[in-house]
Amino acid sequence: MTVSRIDARFAALRSEGRAGLVTFLTAGDPDQAASQALLDGLPAAGADIIELGMPFTDPMADGPAIQAASLRALQAGQTVPKTLDMVRAFRRHDDATPIVLMGYFNPIHSYGRDRFLADAVEAGVDGLIIVDLPPEEDDELCLPALEAGLAFIRLATPTTDEKRLPKVLANTSGFVYYVSIAGITGTAAPDPARVAKAVDRIKAHTPLPVAVGFGVKTPEQAGEIAGAADAVVVGSALVSAVANSLDSGGKATAATAPAVLDLVRTLAEGVRAARTGAAA
Amino acid sequence: MTLQPNTFRSGPDTSGHFGIFGGRFVAETLMPLILELEEAYRAAQADPAFQAELDGLHATYTGRPSPLYFAERLTEELGGAKIYFKRDELNHTGSHKINNCLGQILLARRMGKTRIIAETGAGQHGVATATVCARFGLPCVVYMGATDVERQKPNVFRMKLLGAEVIPVTSGAGTLKDAMNEALRDWVSNVDTTYYLIGTAAGPHPYPELVRDFQSVIGRETREQILAAEGRLPDQVVACVGGGSNAIGLFHPFLDDADVGITGVEAGGEGLGGERHCASLTAGRPGVLHGNRTYLLQDDDGQILEGHSISAGLDYPGIGPEHSWLKETGRATYVPIGDDEALEAFALCARTEGILPALEPSHALAQVAKMAPEMGRDQIIVMNLCGRGDKDVHTIAKTMGWDL
Repeated sequence: MTVSRIDARFAALRSEGRAGLVTFLTAGDPDQAASQALLDGLPAAGADIIELGMPFTDPMADGPAIQAASLRALQAGQTVPKTLDMVRAFRRHDDATPIVLMGYFNPIHSYGRDRFLADAVEAGVDGLIIVDLPPEEDDELCLPALEAGLAFIRLATPTTDEKRLPKVLANTSGFVYYVSIAGITGTAAPDPARVAKAVDRIKAHTPLPVAVGFGVKTPEQAGEIAGAADAVVVGSALVSAVANSLDSGGKATAATAPAVLDLVRTLAEGVRAARTGAAA
Repeated sequence: MTLQPNTFRSGPDTSGHFGIFGGRFVAETLMPLILELEEAYRAAQADPAFQAELDGLHATYTGRPSPLYFAERLTEELGGAKIYFKRDELNHTGSHKINNCLGQILLARRMGKTRIIAETGAGQHGVATATVCARFGLPCVVYMGATDVERQKPNVFRMKLLGAEVIPVTSGAGTLKDAMNEALRDWVSNVDTTYYLIGTAAGPHPYPELVRDFQSVIGRETREQILAAEGRLPDQVVACVGGGSNAIGLFHPFLDDADVGITGVEAGGEGLGGERHCASLTAGRPGVLHGNRTYLLQDDDGQILEGHSISAGLDYPGIGPEHSWLKETGRATYVPIGDDEALEAFALCARTEGILPALEPSHALAQVAKMAPEMGRDQIIVMNLCGRGDKDVHTIAKTMGWDL
C-alpha cells in the first residue's frame, strides 16, 4: 500500500522537527475563481495541510466568520461538484499537499454517499472532517470512507472525557483534530497550557498526530500551540482576511489573495519558529 | 406490501432511530451532553416521583386535563362526521407547548442545570419556556430569528415580561432554523451549566422521544375522554405538523389502534408548485439536519431551503423523525393545506364555534372541513386545537387589509 499524503506529510514534519500549519478556507468564497487562486497559492505560502470547507446553509458548529464565508460561497453558486472540481484543479500542479474536506453531512447525503466517496478519491481528496458525525453514526460515512481509502479525521473536544476518548479515536485516521475550546469556531482563544495537557492525554491513547484548532488567530498563538501539538489549524482568521479584502459588493479584489496568503506566511513563520514539543 | 411492525409504539431503538430516521448527528462537543440527557431521562422515567410532580403541576398550573369538546355547530355546518376538538389551546400560555416545557424543566432541574436556552419561531415555545423558567427561578435565553422578532412582537414582549432574554438571530434568513442553529452554538459554548429546552419532537436522540412522551398526555387524555363520551375510539385523529410535537402527542397513544386513521397537516403555504411552502413530508426528501435524519426541504445540493407559511409555528424546513417514519410505514397520512384554506378555516371556527384558533390548528381544521363531509354522520374525528389565535390577530388583520 502506498503511503497516504497525510502520513507522508506528517513524517516529513517529524523529520524537520517542527509542527505543521493546517489552513482552512471555505471552497467558493467569495467565488470559485478567487477561491481557486487562494487554494493554489496556499502551499507556497507555507500551508502544510489544507482543509477545504464545503459550504452549508446551516453550519451549527461555526462562528460568525465561517458562517458568513459559507453564505458568500453559496450565494456565488458553490456546490459539492464544484468543490471537487477545485481539488482536481489543485492536484494538476500539487500531488503532495494533503487536502481534507471539512463540512456537514447533508450535502454529502444529498449527493449520494458512495458516489461522493468515489468522486472524492478520484478528485484527489485525502480525508474528511464531518462535524455532525460522531462515532455513534460511524456506519453513515466513517466506515465507508475508510473502506474507500479516505482518512476520517475526528474531532476530540474538551468534553470528550477519558471514558469516551477511546470511542472517538477508534475509527479515526490521518490525524486527530483537537478542538481547543468548548465552543464554536473562531471565538475564544485557547489556553496553551491546557491544550498541551489535552494533547498529552490524547497521545496516551493513540499514535496518530494531533492537530489543534478553533480560536487560533495570530502567529504568536500559532507558535504557542505549535509547541504542544503536531499541527496548528487556523480557519476563522483566514476567512476573516478574505471578508476584509472584499469590495462593497462582496466581490474579490486585487487585495484578496495577498491579504490571505501574507497571513498564511506569517502564521507559517510563527509555527516554524516553535519547536514541536509533541515529538514522539 | 411492506412488512408492518407488530407495534408502532416501540420506537425509537437504543440508538435513537425510528426506522432509518432519527439518530444523533451532532458535533462531538455535544455528544457527551445528549448521552447525559438520555441517562437522566431514563432515571426520571423510572422515578414515580418525577411523573407525580409533573402530573401535579399539570393539574394546578397548566389546567389539565384539557376538555374534549363536541363542536356541534361546526359538525352541523359540515354535515358529516362528528367533530371533536381537543382543547389544548386552553392550557396556561395558550398552547400545547407548556406540556413539553414543564417536563423538560423538571428534567433540567434534576440534572442540576442552572441556565435554560431555547429556540422559538412564532414565540409560543419561547413564551412557554420563559414561563416555566420564571416558575422555577432559572435564567432563560431565547433565540429567535430577527425576522420572527419583527413579525411576532407581542410574544417577544411576553417573554421579556416573564424575565427571559430574547436574542434576535440575524444569521441565515433569521427564522426558526437559524434560531435553532444559534441555540446549538450557545449550548456548545456553555456545556457545563446549560440545558437546551428544544420545543419540538425533533433534534438529536433523545429529544424526539422525550418531547413526544411529554406531549403524549394529549393523546392519553383524548383516548379516555372519547371513550367516556362516545364509548368508542375515533375514526380519525387530525393535527397540524410543523416540527410535529402536538401531532405526535395526539397520535402516539393511537398508533396501535388500526381502526383509527391518522392525518397530519403540513403548511402548504402559497402552493407546492413553488418554494413558498413548508411541506417537508409532501415535497421534501430525507436528509440530515439539527441532529436527526428526517424529511427536509432542500435543494439539489443538499442546502436547506427556507420554509414559508402564514403560520410562523409551521415554518420549519424539517419535521420530527417519528413523523417521517410514520409516513414511510404508511401508518399516518400527511397532507398539505395552503395559507388561504387555513384562513378560511379560521373564520369558519370563529363563526360557528366562537373560538379563535391559532393559524397552526387552522390548517388541521381546514383538513377536517375537507374530510368530515365525506364521512358518515356516525363517524368521529378528533382534532387537536393546539393553540389559541390571539397571537395571530395582527397577521390575519393584515390579510384582510386592516391595520390594528
